[in-house]
Amino acid sequence: MAPRTLFDKIWDHHVVETLPDGTSILYIDRHLLHEVTSPQAFEGLRLAGRKLRHPEMTMAVVDHNVPTSDRTQPIEEPESRNQIETLERNVKEFGVPYFPLLSASQGIVHVVGPEQGISLPGMTIVCGDSHTSTHGAMGSLAFGIGTSEVEHVMATQTLLQRPAKNMRVTVEGQTGPGVSAKDIMLAIIGHIGTAGGTGHVIEFAGSAIRDLDMAGRMTICNMSIEAGARAGLVAPDDTTFAYVRNRPFAPKGEDFEKAVAFWRTLATDPGAHFDKDVTLRAEDIAPSLTWGTSPETVLPITGTVPDPALEADESKRVQMQRMLEYMGLEAGQKIAGTPVDVVFIGSCTNSRIEDLRAAAQVAAGRKVAEGVRAMIVPGSGLVKRQAEEEGLDRIFLDAGFEWREAGCSMCLGMNPDRLTPGQRCASTSNRNFEGRQGPGGRTHLLSPAMAAAAAVTGCLTDARELV
Amino acid sequence: MEKFTTLSAVAAALPEDNIDTDKIIPARFLKTTRRTGLGKHAFDSMRYRPDGSENPDFILNQEPWRHAEILVTYDNLGCGSSREHAPWALLDFGIRCVIAPSFADIFFNNCFKNGILPISLPRDVCELLMADSSMGSNARLTIDLPRQVVIRPGGEEVPFEIDPFRKHMLLEGLDDIGQTLQHESEIKSYEQKVVGERPWMPVITLD
Repeated sequence: MAPRTLFDKIWDHHVVETLPDGTSILYIDRHLLHEVTSPQAFEGLRLAGRKLRHPEMTMAVVDHNVPTSDRTQPIEEPESRNQIETLERNVKEFGVPYFPLLSASQGIVHVVGPEQGISLPGMTIVCGDSHTSTHGAMGSLAFGIGTSEVEHVMATQTLLQRPAKNMRVTVEGQTGPGVSAKDIMLAIIGHIGTAGGTGHVIEFAGSAIRDLDMAGRMTICNMSIEAGARAGLVAPDDTTFAYVRNRPFAPKGEDFEKAVAFWRTLATDPGAHFDKDVTLRAEDIAPSLTWGTSPETVLPITGTVPDPALEADESKRVQMQRMLEYMGLEAGQKIAGTPVDVVFIGSCTNSRIEDLRAAAQVAAGRKVAEGVRAMIVPGSGLVKRQAEEEGLDRIFLDAGFEWREAGCSMCLGMNPDRLTPGQRCASTSNRNFEGRQGPGGRTHLLSPAMAAAAAVTGCLTDARELV
Repeated sequence: MEKFTTLSAVAAALPEDNIDTDKIIPARFLKTTRRTGLGKHAFDSMRYRPDGSENPDFILNQEPWRHAEILVTYDNLGCGSSREHAPWALLDFGIRCVIAPSFADIFFNNCFKNGILPISLPRDVCELLMADSSMGSNARLTIDLPRQVVIRPGGEEVPFEIDPFRKHMLLEGLDDIGQTLQHESEIKSYEQKVVGERPWMPVITLD
């Protein structure tokens, strides 16, 4: 057999049948549900009189809408409450395993899946959310789908798919001090652009990727979609297996050993073909952030805001100009030193215990700058509990951060955590689109350490100066 | 799903790259549990001013483009979130066809599931169609799906590519699920094979 990539192998393992026109019926191992993109799919099943084929391969959790403040009170926004109650009725009716709001295991679906051992290497994993690409860090083929496809998976445990093209992004070498997985991924997106991965599944490879812990790999794969890719992947290795071992829903004992033996066969074969191959040197990557309203507008923290006048393409120049106006920035200004109003540390990109530790390292012994609102939103109840056991909550609270409950929160502002027009936010989330964190809000994407540095200095700051 | 065969309609140009799904339908409008009713919020931040009134400068607030059924944009249309609320909002507004040099994958898929035809054409052709669309109701574009052509107001035909399976589904207004369930026996035998090959594969059960 010709050498195959990690993607090819997972794909081949899951093809039920390939139809004459080249479309395949692809089997899905894990279907993750949340309250926003599932109600219409459940309704569709009900109207067609169809069953949910495999509830035991499905998992549901509430995350997008949930308040991150006191949860013993009823949810104030009636539409949010309705979506959550609708999910609760649906999981009951269709027998779906569910982590309710008041469970310690509740959290962002892309944090909960790996944390519980529900997302495992070699699987196909889907969810009605584009950041499903996160689970690719386990060495699984994981991608976001629309609600019609959610219904299709519910009814058939399959999807109609054509194979993606293979792309490899290699980051070779050792990153400098203060450079995190977020900085690596921002650098990659800045390099290949928001459509650089369109139609492709990206396998992240190279020593700088292998050296990352699982949280870092999840940050990288999470933002694959921001590079336009269908999914991101990292080959499962000993770091992966050590992470998976003993997770609640992972295979146990002899089954685990059998699973590992299978997972070891998945890595890309030497000589396998990639349709696109991109290489970055880890040494070249600085702590980075975005200046505009597209995730590809990446700058090193030591850089200056680009000048649209130097852009040759007219439509690009107009767009840059509009971004500068929206963001309230001047061409040529140093990005460091720009004052911020809000700091958000959280989201499926950067809300795991490792992220909170990195932020706490910067925050320790310092105070949130006057006039800045700084929030920490852990990715799950279990992350929150662990952080409290490690005393991170005390570091944050003493510094003047808000210590909140788990959920998607200000990443997309479906719950009350929103920016007001004109507010500037240093955010560890994944999208800086206009209005994403609230109408008129201005988002700078950056790492947890850089977000904490912005909180304690009151402006965008090179975190390396503080550690 | 409504069938798509031919469409002759006013087209509106949004000459921008990277029109993301947050722009098509902001997250705060995703709290519905229905597929319909999102049209009034389509392109909310461009269409309305902060006080809620219509922004007269935005093309979809102008005659005749407020009746547009075709949208023409630049690259990477629909990037960002997987929210099917984006095509639902377009459809509810009245859009049945979107034309761009390139699309984000998930949005492209989601369009087909809702009877919206996404057509990929080179950027210079999109520019020509945008110029046509600026002439308003005297310059309708015609989309002929069976023949796979866009017919410009002057009669010039621009051919486009489409996956034959997806074309068939659109022409017949068919539901994917029904099609897939015809392969029930193949799905069953796959499931039996996996149990044999990967017996360690766990299931999710909660007490």
